[in-house]
Amino acid sequence: MSDQTDTTPVVALENARKLFGAVRALDGVTLAIAPGECLGLVGHNGAGKSTLVNLVNGGLNLTEGTIRLGAGTASPETSIAAARAAGVRCVFQELSLCPNLTVTENVRIPHRGLTGRGWRRRARAIVAEKLAEIFPGHAIDPGAAVGALSIAERQMVEIAIAFSVFDEPPRLVILDEPTSSLDAGLAEQLLAHVRRFCAAGGAVIFISHMLGEILDIASRIVVMKDGRITEERARGGFDRQGLVDAMGHVAAEGAEDPRAAARSLEGAEVVISTPGGLTARRGEIVGLAGLGGHGQAEALEQICLARSSSWKGTRSPKVAFVAGDRARDGLFPIWSILRNATLSRLPALTRRGLVDRAAEEEMAAEWRRRIGIRTDDMDNPILSLSGGNQQKVLFARALGTSAPVVLMDDPMRGVDVGTKRDVYDMIRAEAAGGRTFIWYSTETEEVCQCDRVYVFRLGRIAAELTGAEITEENILAASFEMEAAE
Amino acid sequence: MNRDQLRILLPVVSLAVLLGAVFWLQPRAMSYLGLNLLFNLAVPIALATIAQMLIIMVNDLDLSIGTFVSFVACVTATLVQTDPVLGYLVLAAGIAGYAAMGALIHLRNLPAIVVTLGMSFVWGGLAVLILPSPGGASPEWLRSLMTVKPPLVPMAIVASVVIAVAAHLLVRRSAFGVVLRGVGGNAASVERAGWSVLKAKAAAYALAGFFGTLSGMALVGLTTAADANIALRYTLLSIAGVILGGGEFTGGRVSPVGAVIGALTLALAGSFLSFMRLSPDWQIGAQGAILILVLAVRLLVSRGRGRRVAA
Repeated sequence: MSDQTDTTPVVALENARKLFGAVRALDGVTLAIAPGECLGLVGHNGAGKSTLVNLVNGGLNLTEGTIRLGAGTASPETSIAAARAAGVRCVFQELSLCPNLTVTENVRIPHRGLTGRGWRRRARAIVAEKLAEIFPGHAIDPGAAVGALSIAERQMVEIAIAFSVFDEPPRLVILDEPTSSLDAGLAEQLLAHVRRFCAAGGAVIFISHMLGEILDIASRIVVMKDGRITEERARGGFDRQGLVDAMGHVAAEGAEDPRAAARSLEGAEVVISTPGGLTARRGEIVGLAGLGGHGQAEALEQICLARSSSWKGTRSPKVAFVAGDRARDGLFPIWSILRNATLSRLPALTRRGLVDRAAEEEMAAEWRRRIGIRTDDMDNPILSLSGGNQQKVLFARALGTSAPVVLMDDPMRGVDVGTKRDVYDMIRAEAAGGRTFIWYSTETEEVCQCDRVYVFRLGRIAAELTGAEITEENILAASFEMEAAE
Repeated sequence: MNRDQLRILLPVVSLAVLLGAVFWLQPRAMSYLGLNLLFNLAVPIALATIAQMLIIMVNDLDLSIGTFVSFVACVTATLVQTDPVLGYLVLAAGIAGYAAMGALIHLRNLPAIVVTLGMSFVWGGLAVLILPSPGGASPEWLRSLMTVKPPLVPMAIVASVVIAVAAHLLVRRSAFGVVLRGVGGNAASVERAGWSVLKAKAAAYALAGFFGTLSGMALVGLTTAADANIALRYTLLSIAGVILGGGEFTGGRVSPVGAVIGALTLALAGSFLSFMRLSPDWQIGAQGAILILVLAVRLLVSRGRGRRVAA
């Protein structure tokens, strides 16, 4: 790699914009990565990091702006093949090996040149050598099927494949949360390798929620928020607190304190208590916060499954569930609004095995009024409603039951502000009436509506916040790893 | 013992048990002629099973393989006889049709079951058009190839081994086969590595069409005549064979050697039931019962292993 001493950026983005429909995933980013640089990229969920990564590796095309790979020309068009040819490699956050193939066979997928006689032997030698170089002392058999490896081992294999030299040497390796499944020792080995790689002229984009790692490894740190780069400083320009502050959202725009009527629930009966340490009292709104995918959905699932039978329905369920991913586990897309709304209440609306149509319509009409579903006719198809109104129907479905506990899996995704206000009011009214809500949300504003908040990290409860402690700073601090300052 | 070896063990054991039972019921089957008779008709089933396995490998299911094999048999028994150039062109067009079907399924994101079910009526209709009533004749070279008597080991066994080895080299050993199985295991990752999943799927379907064509030709070579409904039951037999041979419906986990053994086991199950003097009316049900038994054992074995790994 001696010929890479030039300072032409490996990748240069100029005013890059990416729209998904009306959503601005990336809103005018200008960024160049020079050889030998280790760029630390941080930001909250939905800040645009993944979109940026997918632009650089050629998986997405720009809506506006240009991208230039190496000494090539700046162009709005890009492709996976072009990015790979320029030496861009990527280790994705979600593991992206083929579990049915062996380690050796997985090397073949990204390296097209591996064909002909003896390709298996060559692939095996290369991956074994790289694994030994990055993770000395590893115990991975290159002949083993990836499905039989532990999560950490799979991540190690993926990293080794990304750094290995085949037809073209890697010039820029993107590591998206590479250490989330590695233990401290392995993470240290990886960081040491990244340093060696950069010293030899390679570039790395390092994305991590472990701020200690970012501060340790990055030669430059870029903070993203709402699809833009909000701050950019060289090594040493940030300390931990500065980084957390830089990531925070803009302060809520002068809204009145939603917790104006702080309630004392100390004496209320505990209705939920899980082995993971989560408890909820009658009438309480409990928030689950933290970065996405850190165990909140699993916690909800556990609570739900532990309190419902998979064998028989019941007229008086113990829990109701409001799905966040409407299309996947909420709506019945070809049913009417009415049927979608009354579904979970059907056992109580049934007489002699048949649905009592009149009672069903009555219930639907009542909820339409109470929750304000904007439609002329409840018999219209559910997909005729806007996303926010679809979500209201799902709320009606859950609240229409007699369940004392309502679980909510980030239900406000893609819902407009007006609907949110309506729903917040309703949740507070229902809670005052004695219902318990367990509310997973990725939006800090919503979490601040709760009486008590559990912050999840790595599948466990990392912190419990109550009352005035529920602030964006505290949630962020607990979401990110904050090792004791040395 | 690793997972792949365990996967192949069960089909081997089921075949051995069934073969033992047949020999016990009918010791005369333990001969050159007996073995050839037992496994003769397994050769086209094995080829159709490999075809099905290639489709299952990319997470799809082919409900048209039975009628496709019938169609090929009809073309082989008529057109290939009377007008070889046109006949082979039609067979090549059939393979191209399979590739196009794979491309369509991927491009339009259609469920393979629906598309192949629809195509099964197309192939069936074409077969009836070509050969409205049973008849035709096998090309001479095909007839002599399928009835050749190699020394020591009967043709049926030799052919099965050749099919198994060829498919194993293609699917499990070649660099190309790795990409195809990768599509079944994690299509998104294959795509992100810069491969065209469209091409890979079309290739897998084309290969399936190729093996289906071989199956139809082998069938005509054995029976010397064809019929538009000659291979209808191959659809379900081939799916059962793949699963019996240790394959899984999703995730690109397939075993060509296992698939051939599965096909042999299914063919043998029919003979076994005949030797037991079971009325043909009951045979299909009994074949199903054998299948359920083997799969139940496999489930128990894999569950037991899963628990041990978790512990």
